[in-house]
Amino acid sequence: MLLIPCPWCGPRDEAEFHYGGQAHVAYPADPGALSDEEWARYLFFRDNPKGSFAERWSHSAGCRRWFNAVRDTATNEIHAVYRVGEPRPVTP
Amino acid sequence: MAERRSPAAAFADRFATASKSGALTLAEIPFLRQINVRVDPESPAAADLGAALGVALPVSPGTAVRSGEVTVAWQGPDEWLVIGPEGYEAEPLRAALGDRHGSVVDVSAQRTTLLVGGPRAREVLAHGCAIDLHPSVFGPGAVAQTMLARAQVVLLPQQDGFLVLVRSSFAVYLAEWLLDAATEYVT
Repeated sequence: MLLIPCPWCGPRDEAEFHYGGQAHVAYPADPGALSDEEWARYLFFRDNPKGSFAERWSHSAGCRRWFNAVRDTATNEIHAVYRVGEPRPVTP
Repeated sequence: MAERRSPAAAFADRFATASKSGALTLAEIPFLRQINVRVDPESPAAADLGAALGVALPVSPGTAVRSGEVTVAWQGPDEWLVIGPEGYEAEPLRAALGDRHGSVVDVSAQRTTLLVGGPRAREVLAHGCAIDLHPSVFGPGAVAQTMLARAQVVLLPQQDGFLVLVRSSFAVYLAEWLLDAATEYVT
């Protein structure tokens, strides 16, 4: 079980959170101009690193706010959490 | 007109029996007025709402302030829950917000309130709650939205015990769970 530090509520049990996938996936500026392949790439293709990964999480059983976390996918260590709109902090 | 019944009304007798030992007080406090307030905390509207409430909206996460009989509990960076007695009206708050960006919604029917009091209150809740309930970090003036026995609750620590605001549809489950968790302290 992870202990996830919500940027608003502080450390809480993983069961209170909802996972939101990779963070910082920008919506295409002009979706209509994309080819099917480019659109599929935007919709379905995500990074799958071993190591630090910026993800979206929602504190669904608490303050119900979305935030971002940098988690190490190999060790489950959470290096940083930051609010939506803030840039990804530099982490090891 | 249909008779109004609170979600945990059927537990009144069993709560009273469990409260006899003195180790624990269990009770439902039905029909409290609960008003969800959403507004930008830095806007003039937030200040006007604070004036209508008699106390400024608390901006620090996990804090609750009192104004007379009314408690204003932090729910999110732009969201608060105003809890008052049954007769407390939302209309003055709605008037204070006016037609500015924000919302004032009566959500009284969403949750009912269970009182878990007495010397063993913290132990009972700790059976199903992962957050630190010690009064040094979670005493009066704090509020937490968390899970109690897998049910989403709002916990409001009081001088003696806790108010547990639970969704109406979860109230029967949580009441059963509380009575079960309390068994070792009340028999």
